[in-house]
Amino acid sequence: MDQGTHRRSYRRHFIIVSILVAIVAVISIVGLWAVPEFPSASTQAITVNWLFDLHLAVIGFLFALVMVFMLYILFVFRRRAGEEGDGDHFEGNTKLEIIWTVIPLIVVLSFGVIGAVTLRDVTAAQENEMTVNVTAFSFGWQFDYPEQGVEKATTLKLPVGRPVHFKLKSLDQDVIHSFYVAEFRVKQDLVPGVPTELRVTPNVEGAYRVRCNELCGTGHTNMLADVTVVSQADFDAWVAEQKAAVSPERLAAMGQELHASQGCIACHNVTGEPGGVGPTWKGLYGSERQFADGTSGVADEEYLRTSILASQERLVAGYAAVMPQNYADVLSDQQVAALIEYIKTLK
Amino acid sequence: MRVLKLGLVQGVFGGILGWLFGFALVIGSRLLLGLPAQWNPNLTGLAAYEPAVVVAGIFFVVGFMIGVGAVSDWLKWARGIDTPFNHGARIPGTSELARYFNVDYSHKVIGIQYAITGVLLLGVGGTLAMIFRLQLAQPELNFVPPDVFNTMISAHGMIMIGGILLGVGGMSNYLVPLMIGANDMAFPRLNAFAYWINVPGALLLCVAMVIGGWNTGWTGYPPLSAQAPLGVQYFFLGVFFIGLSSILGSLNIIVTTMTMRSPGMSLFRMPVFVWSAFATAIIQLTATQFIGLSFLMVLVQRILGMGFFDPGGPVWSEVDKWAGGGNPILFQHMFWFYSHPAVYLFVLPGLGIISELLPVFARKPLFGYKWIAMSSMAIALVGFLVWAHHMFVSGMSNYLRVPFMMSTLLVAVPTGVKFFSWLGTLWGGRIEFKTPMLFALGAISVFLIGGLTGPPLGTVATDLNLTDTYYVVGHFHATMFGGFIFPFLAALYYWFPKATGRMYNERLGQLHFWLMTPAFWVMSLGQIFVGMHGMRRRIATYEVGLDIGTAQMMVTIAGFVIFISVLIMMFNLFVLARRGQRAGANPWRSRGLEWQVPSPMPEMTYPATPVVVGEPYDYGKPGSIYVQFAPAAPALHTGASITGGD
Repeated sequence: MDQGTHRRSYRRHFIIVSILVAIVAVISIVGLWAVPEFPSASTQAITVNWLFDLHLAVIGFLFALVMVFMLYILFVFRRRAGEEGDGDHFEGNTKLEIIWTVIPLIVVLSFGVIGAVTLRDVTAAQENEMTVNVTAFSFGWQFDYPEQGVEKATTLKLPVGRPVHFKLKSLDQDVIHSFYVAEFRVKQDLVPGVPTELRVTPNVEGAYRVRCNELCGTGHTNMLADVTVVSQADFDAWVAEQKAAVSPERLAAMGQELHASQGCIACHNVTGEPGGVGPTWKGLYGSERQFADGTSGVADEEYLRTSILASQERLVAGYAAVMPQNYADVLSDQQVAALIEYIKTLK
Repeated sequence: MRVLKLGLVQGVFGGILGWLFGFALVIGSRLLLGLPAQWNPNLTGLAAYEPAVVVAGIFFVVGFMIGVGAVSDWLKWARGIDTPFNHGARIPGTSELARYFNVDYSHKVIGIQYAITGVLLLGVGGTLAMIFRLQLAQPELNFVPPDVFNTMISAHGMIMIGGILLGVGGMSNYLVPLMIGANDMAFPRLNAFAYWINVPGALLLCVAMVIGGWNTGWTGYPPLSAQAPLGVQYFFLGVFFIGLSSILGSLNIIVTTMTMRSPGMSLFRMPVFVWSAFATAIIQLTATQFIGLSFLMVLVQRILGMGFFDPGGPVWSEVDKWAGGGNPILFQHMFWFYSHPAVYLFVLPGLGIISELLPVFARKPLFGYKWIAMSSMAIALVGFLVWAHHMFVSGMSNYLRVPFMMSTLLVAVPTGVKFFSWLGTLWGGRIEFKTPMLFALGAISVFLIGGLTGPPLGTVATDLNLTDTYYVVGHFHATMFGGFIFPFLAALYYWFPKATGRMYNERLGQLHFWLMTPAFWVMSLGQIFVGMHGMRRRIATYEVGLDIGTAQMMVTIAGFVIFISVLIMMFNLFVLARRGQRAGANPWRSRGLEWQVPSPMPEMTYPATPVVVGEPYDYGKPGSIYVQFAPAAPALHTGASITGGD
């Protein structure tokens, strides 16, 4: 064949294969989108799924482009029986090379921009966030709800529609774990000594699972925790139940920790030594109190609660009004109860 | 007892002596200091003597290298004794076969040593995979206990990587000198040393499985690896020495490529495989230190209490009481600074093989030679700038995620250039479907799966979902099979007649291909599917509720089909081909230098200097010549300049 015939047959082949590529591309994109998707249950998942579907469209097209082109060439330009000679001689085409360098470059840069925007969306802080502290250890999970005063829950209960800010940590001297609920579509490692965070807004009620996603040793496979996303009312009921369930001994122990961790200890000793900035807690419960306004009363639970949350209402005679008045914000109801329970034990 | 005289046997013997010496050294020092022989009285068995075991492991390698004879010449030089370099068997009177079990300086012997050791390691790693894939075939099976399972997947990962590195070494050591018209590598003794140090390294990796195993995966992240069983120490040492081989071997490739090309072979007249081997060598020479160092740092953190990666906190062991102040994420940066470019060094030689074979079987020039050559260099360069995409959820600084996403996506561009140029090469050819060509084409289709599943891992939002799931397993295996295994098999079939002078059985070769390729597609797509349906990476079993049992069963069956098809290849190449047809010098009608000399090749491949006078892939151009041999080439002095470029 002379050069001209070649060109014409090349053009014909190119048109046929382009049509085939287009057809197969449509089929494979539609096919890829039709593959059953794992259930999703968070607003972040909507973004992740959207981006993945966009990837699938590009994947479907490129798959068709390369595979159909290749199979077509292999068929059309196969060596037929008895054929001896070589193929056509051409060494390249700079224009084509530039085209298939520049177009992919534009596509990947666009994906970079889209990737940055979607990353911003799935990690953005939301209004009205609820904090859940997640602690991972070999091989289990612990969930603390500081705002609700629920501590050391072993299952994760979340109200539907409420943005959650997970604050994640792995215990000291433990190993790296990873917090992953497949239905939420996002994950984050928990690293000893390095606090991390993750934001999820569950949007479908249901039962899911946290699965540790970073190999952490013998128990990795079974490092699971149940997740239930429920209505706000059910969540509130669960919170109440959790708090009711805590035994007085446990509460007292929590109170002892809070005494130290919240700084109470700076002014209130538990040894009965005189001279503190505030009254000692030893023997406080049930004692007679003389107030600065000249009245007096018995230090019962109600009195203790008032003293913690609004101490100046019942300021004890002989002490300055220096105690912070923000404990209603800082402490949960359960934590206040825990402090009271602790004080009750200090006879 | 001729067997006892083999270098390999003497190496093992020397290794055992070295091990005992190292062990006694540490125990003796402790006793001299008045310390108890046991380092950790809470542990039993070898684990109680961990520092002694580690030092013993190092002396095992030293003893092996002395025993096998890999340093004999250098020791003689140190004493002022001359050691004339000779091709051929170095120990007179030994058989041709025995050369492969001794230190030998011929790059052809070393290349085959690399390749066979690589195939052996791939076989061990593959067998491990078959065992744990049985457990994963159905949900909630438990016949492999979790600790054994963790050891098996960790060993599978690193032994496969070792196998791939040796396979890469095999291809580049065997082919680069042949392709550039050199009779050997620039540093033959270093070449032999670089090969042999893999052997004790690989032995340590295998021994690691039985001295307690380890549960860290091939990535060996601390703090887990700092607390793992004793086996992790030999895992670290094994990787360290195999890495040392990479560094020394790549140095040799770079120098050989730069200084030993035939007259007339400008860089752009090199066969394109040499470009990819060169790009690979640059990565190996400059990045391997990082994995070696990161593993070494965990090793000493364990036995010397240096808390490189230990964030501190309450003391949990006697040794650890000095520790703290470290950062576990630092390890991941160091580890991936090698281990991501490593992926490219695994695939670049394979992609080079594809580019090498397509023109021969399509009888056409390589489309866009310079673009393909430069795309290898571009991949090697960009490959250094993407490591943190393995760490999007690691807890590293959040703002790092976007730049690393950008650089990661950029890798698609030079990779795309290769795909499109391959299609351009095939277009208008007279394509012949011999086994090597089938594997090259299969490699393209499989590497395509690997390539296309990459971008969703590159964009952070989708990576938050997919990372550390079985999707990654699918992506990675497609990349490794398309980028290394398939091209490596193509290379084995293609150069087999050159190396042995015999043809393999074409029908069995085709059977191998037609079993392996569809099976791989099923396996790969199955892995990707289960990964998107809740299957995590590195778990010993999964819940019935995930409803992925059918797909998992298909993955396992496909895995076994691949395994069996490789056994067919072994039978074909190592048994049947002994009585195969004589191949002749150039069964593929290739223009390459090595095909212009007889098969099998003489000890000195090119007794006459080959002179390059044309383009390497000028198929279909009448009268075009790539190479002439000096004495028989009178046209040489009248033709175009032989030293200039093209």
